[in-house]
Amino acid sequence: MDPVKGKRKVVVAMSGGVDSSVAAALLLEEGYEVTGVMLRLWSDIELNTGNRCCTPDSVDLAKGVARQLEIPFYVIDAQTEFKETVVDYFINSYSSGETPNPCVICNKFIRWGFLLQKTKLMRADYFATGHYAQIKKNGSDPVLCKAVDPNKDQSYVLSRLSRKDLEKTVFPLGSWKKEDTRKKAEELGLNIAKRPDSQDLCFTGKSDYREFLSKYAPGSTRPGIITDRKGNNLGNHKGLASYTIGQRKGIGIASKEPLYVMDKDFEHNILIVSENKNLGVNKFNIQDMNWMMDFEEDELDIEVMTRYRSLLYKAKIYIQRSEGRALINTTEPVRDLAPGQLAVLYKDEAVIGSGFISKNEE
Amino acid sequence: MDKSLKKNTYLDFAATSPVEERVFNAMLPYFREDFGNSSSIHQWGQQSENALENARISVAQKINCKPTEIIFTSGGSESDNLALKGTALARRSLNGANKILISPVEHPAVSETARQLKEVFDFEMEYLKIDEYGRVDLEDLEKRINPEVAIVSIIYGNNEIGTINPIRQLAEICHQALVPIHTDAVQAAAHLRMDVNRDQVDLLSLGAHKFYGPKGVGALFVRSGTPIIPIQTGGNQESELRAGTHNIPYIVGLAEALTITNENMNNYHEKIIPMRDYLIDSVLASIPDSKLTGHPSHRLANHTSFVFQGLDGNELLVILDQNGFACSSGSACKVGNPKPSEVLLNIGLAPEWASGSLRVTLGRTTTMEEINSFIQILPGVVKSLRK
Repeated sequence: MDPVKGKRKVVVAMSGGVDSSVAAALLLEEGYEVTGVMLRLWSDIELNTGNRCCTPDSVDLAKGVARQLEIPFYVIDAQTEFKETVVDYFINSYSSGETPNPCVICNKFIRWGFLLQKTKLMRADYFATGHYAQIKKNGSDPVLCKAVDPNKDQSYVLSRLSRKDLEKTVFPLGSWKKEDTRKKAEELGLNIAKRPDSQDLCFTGKSDYREFLSKYAPGSTRPGIITDRKGNNLGNHKGLASYTIGQRKGIGIASKEPLYVMDKDFEHNILIVSENKNLGVNKFNIQDMNWMMDFEEDELDIEVMTRYRSLLYKAKIYIQRSEGRALINTTEPVRDLAPGQLAVLYKDEAVIGSGFISKNEE
Repeated sequence: MDKSLKKNTYLDFAATSPVEERVFNAMLPYFREDFGNSSSIHQWGQQSENALENARISVAQKINCKPTEIIFTSGGSESDNLALKGTALARRSLNGANKILISPVEHPAVSETARQLKEVFDFEMEYLKIDEYGRVDLEDLEKRINPEVAIVSIIYGNNEIGTINPIRQLAEICHQALVPIHTDAVQAAAHLRMDVNRDQVDLLSLGAHKFYGPKGVGALFVRSGTPIIPIQTGGNQESELRAGTHNIPYIVGLAEALTITNENMNNYHEKIIPMRDYLIDSVLASIPDSKLTGHPSHRLANHTSFVFQGLDGNELLVILDQNGFACSSGSACKVGNPKPSEVLLNIGLAPEWASGSLRVTLGRTTTMEEINSFIQILPGVVKSLRK
């Protein structure tokens, strides 16, 4: 009854979705000893939503996959940790007029911070998730790289991980295309093969995230006025949280020229719109840097992504190491820059680091 | 694909135990050869009925009662249900008695049944006072007992904290007031010789899988003259108290398992009690902010249970399992939504203690090597899981 000697043990974070299920199956095929773990995350009981990722339904589905694969499976409680690090951050961020990245924070502090810690106690050699990203080697250093499937690449939301985190991490789907993952799930006869991809925030459950915010960050859903850059009143908005910088559709006021959300004056609860030509920023600061690769130069030609699953901009980065920040200068103006969002820095396919976009642009 | 679901060192014998080989062999003929329905007139039926009645006689001998006082059921939970509902309802229609007294540390098979009797059947329900070990306070029972009480139910040996109740003394108090007393002996029967005359109880529940018999079979002792109505109605099996075709192989297995248990009781105690005490002492000595739950000496022979301050007991079980040890806790929750155990809160533990519980229960096959290797890893695991 001894554990199989010499077999490498990996713990997979399972959600009951297609990706993490296939990830677990692939690791088994590669000969790993695989254990599935699901985290119970926080959800608002009063809004009666249930955290999408760990509703009893999802637990049953993930458990069903584990049963099909004949691997052990556990649910670990992370409700308090998730509420304190991810949900509170989400609420505070909206309360202060920024646009948060809850998945980025969850990956850093919950999936890796909290769960990776537990997997070590479980005597696992590796920790795996169903993310689409690759880990390559630069000498002995692990390097986070984009996924082979450009439509699914999730390196953005993993860019806060440390190199130490990456050392123990495996992404079995990094070289997979989504449609092949789904096909694989069907071939294996997994019960979740047809389950749709998840899109929304997990902790607002079935309710709209605006409903969630109106309870926890009421300031961000309070109606106010819309003005142009000169301060002319153009109409009313339904709460600043409902708009993202660069947004065109759904502003709700008529104009000859298309109007874009330009800025949010959170202090006065004003939504500032503008015609396209006024939009766009070439220079901005990022702070709270997480460097994933070492280099000596303080100036580099890179590409930057300023919003999850959006465009890559060619840019030059000027690193102010002593200040713990960097200035980004893009060749093309970035039209949807939002303070609080993460700017992820790429050199070819590798993530070299990331930083949060500062509130005051220079 | 390689199977990774594997078994490790099993230290959860209070949850269930494996079927003894002798028990298994005793059961086998009744699946395919002697498969008759014990209610049938023909010889197939007679053969099964003989096996059934021999099992009944055997069980009755072991617990010192008449064979007619044994009702075979589907397990401990059904026995508890039949005892509480059957007697409470019968006592109400006979004597108008309308109150149920239970301890606040009962197994859910008793506490949830009592709750249903209260909420659905309009009984009053009161909890008896217990001490910090979970033992029922004799004086409190004496104060509360009166002919209005339909039934008293007190656990014999506690599944979660291992404490053994002074059942004989409690039963005497009930009898002075002419109130029937039930005891859930599902755990206790694996570790103590049951004797319903010694203990003076009117109803006693057994479940075979706790004493190395098969799952899905149990028994209820009902003292002659105790008011009771059936809960599962239908055919007239089991003195018309439990309808349903007899599960002969399992009933045979129960009787055989109880026989083996009682035969070996002294040897078992000699081996397992020192091991239990060694485990308790080692854990308490090596882990700061740890407590034994339940009574230090009036406890089930194989039973150790602890609380560790500031720990998620559920997480502890996951980590222990992955480190090679299968244990249990009072707040075990498979969907990751643990709440501190009611039993532990009811013996007066604060939630930050009660959430971090661990139950380690030994078995006939447990070795000192297993205990020692468990003790070697536990302190480190507890330390790393503390917040």
